[in-house]
Amino acid sequence: MPALVRKALPFLTGVGMILAWYGVCLSLSADQRFLLPTPHEVARAFVDKGPALWGAALNTGGGALIGFALAVALSFLLALFLSLSPLVRASFYPYLMILQMTPIIVIAPILILWVGPGLKSVVIITFLICFFPMVVNTTQGLISTDSNLVAFFRMCKATKWQEILLLRVPAALPYFFTGLRIAATLAPIGAIVGDYIAGNSAGGQGGLGFLTIIYSSQFQMGALFATAAVGCLLGFIFVAGVIALSWLALHKWHDSFSHADS
Amino acid sequence: MEEAQLPIVELRDVDKRYGEGPLILDKISFSAKRGDFITLIGPSGCGKSTILKLISGLNPISGGRIVVDGLEPSNAVEKLAFVFQEPTLLPWRTVAQNVEVPLRLHGSDPKLRSEVVRKSLSLVGLADRVDYYPRQLSGGQKMRVSIARALSVSPRILLLDEPFGALDEMTRDHLNEELLAIRQQLAWTAFFVTHSVAEAVFLSNRIIVLSANPGRVYNEVRVDFPYPRTEETRESAGFQKLVAEVSKILRSVERLH
Repeated sequence: MPALVRKALPFLTGVGMILAWYGVCLSLSADQRFLLPTPHEVARAFVDKGPALWGAALNTGGGALIGFALAVALSFLLALFLSLSPLVRASFYPYLMILQMTPIIVIAPILILWVGPGLKSVVIITFLICFFPMVVNTTQGLISTDSNLVAFFRMCKATKWQEILLLRVPAALPYFFTGLRIAATLAPIGAIVGDYIAGNSAGGQGGLGFLTIIYSSQFQMGALFATAAVGCLLGFIFVAGVIALSWLALHKWHDSFSHADS
Repeated sequence: MEEAQLPIVELRDVDKRYGEGPLILDKISFSAKRGDFITLIGPSGCGKSTILKLISGLNPISGGRIVVDGLEPSNAVEKLAFVFQEPTLLPWRTVAQNVEVPLRLHGSDPKLRSEVVRKSLSLVGLADRVDYYPRQLSGGQKMRVSIARALSVSPRILLLDEPFGALDEMTRDHLNEELLAIRQQLAWTAFFVTHSVAEAVFLSNRIIVLSANPGRVYNEVRVDFPYPRTEETRESAGFQKLVAEVSKILRSVERLH
């Protein structure tokens, strides 16, 4: 019985939240009703706006994926470079911080002037958001190699490249995936924000950010809620993808995937 | 016979300090003949692990001279293997792949590699664990893999830095016996660091007692029990007596401070 209760609990919580949602809707006065759509109004928006929503999700997802992939690749190369010496890190980290601290909302208009609105801008904004946590985590991983293992490699007369490829990179994988997981939650957000401020709506290129502008200007509350839900789903897909990748890379050997009995 | 009498490792007036720091080792001198099993023992801070690192060429000496099989330590790395305090395995590689690492780094032939790996692992009794990951092994098994990895390069000199310190006593005794059994087959010269007097007496033919701050050679004890040594050696009265004697020397070293 308790096991059954435990299994049913997440489901019951969901039902409870939907009921509470209805409760709030019903308690609103007639002139406030438009502020909060009921769950079934959101569901109807999903059906009515279906093609627009999924098309936009595909555009945003594509932009997010390209920006994310670029961030992963370039952050890895930069992390390799930064791992070379404390001096290199000391000379580059401050400028990396500046990149991270600069508000995207300010960069966006500059980007629009440089590369024009649309996919390029969205990709660059996603890249900028994902890049920093990836660099920091991967670098940390590359410099945290067990000092005895490094000594062992040096005693075996390993070359610098052997040390990097056969020791430092695999040892950094758990850190790399931590960064990847953070970046995966940020990528869809970055793409939606990028689309909102630097997207291009022409010819069906608009993404979820563009839909947000349209629906909010028309007070289509149900559609706005549906757009939010699609954005959320996009985030889940990214995170699930990263979790699957890290499982593939780590489950055989890393403690984070060990069974309780081992 | 004559060659056997030449020292394979010789330390002459070896000093060590790190940077501008205090003197860690002060005029350490001793030499090892082929086949010696020398244990370094002493209070913490006596620099016994440092001596191993110097012989291995991992760290440079600050004064004096070390000769390893006629060479400078840094040119003699192919003749040496180091067993660390921790198993120091690559967790993402299987047992067999871990044992293979030194050979792979040297770029030796894959066929030869797998043959050596098989032999090394069967020496330490882990032939049936080749495809396990380190995570799936016990502490003692991991240490065995670490020893097999050291043996894979057919070293002439084995440097062991408290390899069994983290293991329970039963496992430690067992591994001591196995280590000696392997030595019967592969006659390397060993330098061993430990805190355990019983372990030192059981394994070695020579025990060098060091004093601390800075590390100096305080005394040397010869252990004449014949090899192969077994469980019975450990239970004999002579063994117990020698353990008590060495413990006494160790206590007198500690009183120096």
